[in-house]
Amino acid sequence: MTTTEGRRDEAGDAPEVRPEQARQGERLTAVAFAVSILGAVGLAVVFSTGGQPQLEGILLALALGGLGVGLVVWARYFMPHGPAIEERKPLESSEEDIAAFTTQFEQGEHVLARRGLLVKMAGAAVAALAAALVFPIRSLGPRPGRGFKGTPFRAGVRLVDEANRPIRADEVAVDGLLTAFPEDHTDAADAPTLLIRPGRSRSDDGAAGAETSDRTSEAAELLAYSKLCTHLGCPVGLYQAPEHLLLCPCHQSTFDVLDDARPVFGPATRALPSLPIRIDDEGFVVATGDFEAPTGPGFWDRGR
Amino acid sequence: MAPLRRRRHSKPDRLVTRRTARWLDSRLGAAKFARSALGKVFPDHWSFLIGELALYSFVVLLATGVYLTFFFSPSQEEVIYTGSYEPLQGVEMTEAYRSALDLSFDVRAGLVMRQIHHWAALLFLAAIVVHLMRVFFTGAFRRPRELNWMIGVTLLILGIFNGFAGYSLLDDQLSGTGLRIAYSIALSIPVAGTWVASLLFGGEFPGPDIISRLYVIHILLAPAAIIALLGAHLGLVVRQKHTQFGGGERREDNVVGERVWPSFAFKSIGLMLITAAVLSAMGGLAQINPVWLYGPFDPAEVSAASQPDWYMGWLDGALRVWPAWEIRAFGFEVPAPFFPAVLLAGLTFAALFAWPFLEARRTGDRAEHHLLDRPRDRPVRTALGVATLAFYTVLTLSASTDVTATTFGLSVNAVLWAFRILCLVAPPVAGWIAYRLCRDLVDREVARGETVPKPVPPPRRTRDRPRPDPRPTPAD
Repeated sequence: MTTTEGRRDEAGDAPEVRPEQARQGERLTAVAFAVSILGAVGLAVVFSTGGQPQLEGILLALALGGLGVGLVVWARYFMPHGPAIEERKPLESSEEDIAAFTTQFEQGEHVLARRGLLVKMAGAAVAALAAALVFPIRSLGPRPGRGFKGTPFRAGVRLVDEANRPIRADEVAVDGLLTAFPEDHTDAADAPTLLIRPGRSRSDDGAAGAETSDRTSEAAELLAYSKLCTHLGCPVGLYQAPEHLLLCPCHQSTFDVLDDARPVFGPATRALPSLPIRIDDEGFVVATGDFEAPTGPGFWDRGR
Repeated sequence: MAPLRRRRHSKPDRLVTRRTARWLDSRLGAAKFARSALGKVFPDHWSFLIGELALYSFVVLLATGVYLTFFFSPSQEEVIYTGSYEPLQGVEMTEAYRSALDLSFDVRAGLVMRQIHHWAALLFLAAIVVHLMRVFFTGAFRRPRELNWMIGVTLLILGIFNGFAGYSLLDDQLSGTGLRIAYSIALSIPVAGTWVASLLFGGEFPGPDIISRLYVIHILLAPAAIIALLGAHLGLVVRQKHTQFGGGERREDNVVGERVWPSFAFKSIGLMLITAAVLSAMGGLAQINPVWLYGPFDPAEVSAASQPDWYMGWLDGALRVWPAWEIRAFGFEVPAPFFPAVLLAGLTFAALFAWPFLEARRTGDRAEHHLLDRPRDRPVRTALGVATLAFYTVLTLSASTDVTATTFGLSVNAVLWAFRILCLVAPPVAGWIAYRLCRDLVDREVARGETVPKPVPPPRRTRDRPRPDPRPTPAD
């Protein structure tokens, strides 16, 4: 707040404060500290009587903020505001210092150079140790094997709901959709399956109908697709029945149920793999093998 | 010991502070160092407070984070919930999610600490990003501060990573979906993807170990790295001294401002307390990440409108706008997510690391700079910066395609295409506007004769020094 002209290397002087300004500054600072004290006391009371999140936040804010505002006001009214000036010294070392360092370093270098073989051996030992220390990383996880490509579905495995209760084909209503799992593996993260019975059957759909001729007549209308989006593996949870579209809520990839669940929109590149199913004598839905392709997102050797 | 001189009690050694100082000095001999530390000058400009804001958000993160670790339990063991939140009574969940619920409902001050912690994380990263913009647009990254720029970029990466690790610990439906996406992104890396994913998660998703591993990273490894790099970041500021804008008495070879003791220290500690106060008020009043509404993670379920925290938005947006393109050959494939997630992130941070050197090579300006540029005086850099910001802003907004579509009753298809086009159009347009604005501002100043723009200093190896420089200088 001073208007002193020129350089003042010593900024030890407080700004000259007029008496009424000083009174004002003192009052403001004192009020801020008082607010802080009240906030802290209030906080203690709230804590000891059981706590209440909103009050805790407000009182903590008052206790911290009062102290902070007090310090800032104190500095504004009663502390020097400069301008204090400091010279910048060159960052680089002087040539003498560099030369002295080089000499010192070279002394050591000479000692090392005389034992060239030992230096090489020490280097090799350090490298070998570093390589050996990489191996414990292998313990972090199993070798990614067939598990990445297959699910617990096999021929004869029944499809069950979340509670491991077998699903009957007639439980899936027209335009309805059920999430199914392989029996006894309801926690398998790669196996959630959507059972869908599209309202418009495939035989009504001209060309698409011909491709399903290998399915039994009862199962023709009941479709089973992996629930995992082929983009990043989110469960494709939204079914727009009128359009027969499955929508992934994560990045909006959209799959056409009547067209082998091929992607029609969004970043997904591949169709949802379908699960071959049949309906057994008791009416339960049974897999006749694993998914036609690995479920979920793509990876390097997925097609191998 | 100037500050103690004005104490009313003139008998010095009666003072505990002085006796302590003497006791310490007789063992450390630190008086000279301490004197110069207290006398250090810091330039005064509002934009220099943004970095401090990041530092103080981190202090709040540490304080609240330590409290949270006393109650959080990073275990994927399945338990049945019996706590005081009625709607989830009897539900099976992991121990991690249960302890997060207990923190929110049954630990006194637990919820307010959790919410302050989360708000502080958002502010920490926002302050880092704005601080980075300040340093970029004013050219504070130029020689001799390239190292500190790179430390800063590393801190940004660590901050983003640790933020993600933090909110992934709670094992609710939203964080589990985020982890699933992270797993799939790791899987998309060519050749090594399945190994990387398996080693990170301890097996196939969800993996038995991911929560406990993220916990160790989140509360130990990443904070330790951040503290070490913060120390180096501040140490370099002390060693190289702060930059300042030119004008008045401020020149390349001095620092004009306030001394650390007492003015700067009081104001800075005041700022720390006010930052903590604002975060406390937000933690108390503004709900954030209400995990009890999301429910425990179930790999077969997902909720609509799954958005990450803001600093992850650009990656989520990039994953949405990237078309369904991927590379397949000889039975191998590079899946689509690799490009917008792994490659984009890699290129982004590589470009940030390299920027000081790229610019020096482009302009040939390798001289030491302690005076900051006004953005308008460097129209090309400013335009490039604005274009880059526009690109990442559009990507961040793209993370809300579904919410935008439902809010305004538009088709998701149309919104996505709009964002795809904006990604390509917005950066050049924004950059061009910034360039014109810089030019016009300078022209107007010249026309009014207010200030003559500083001429670009000739490229010099070092500042003028009395000693001869034996190394060859690049062509002037």
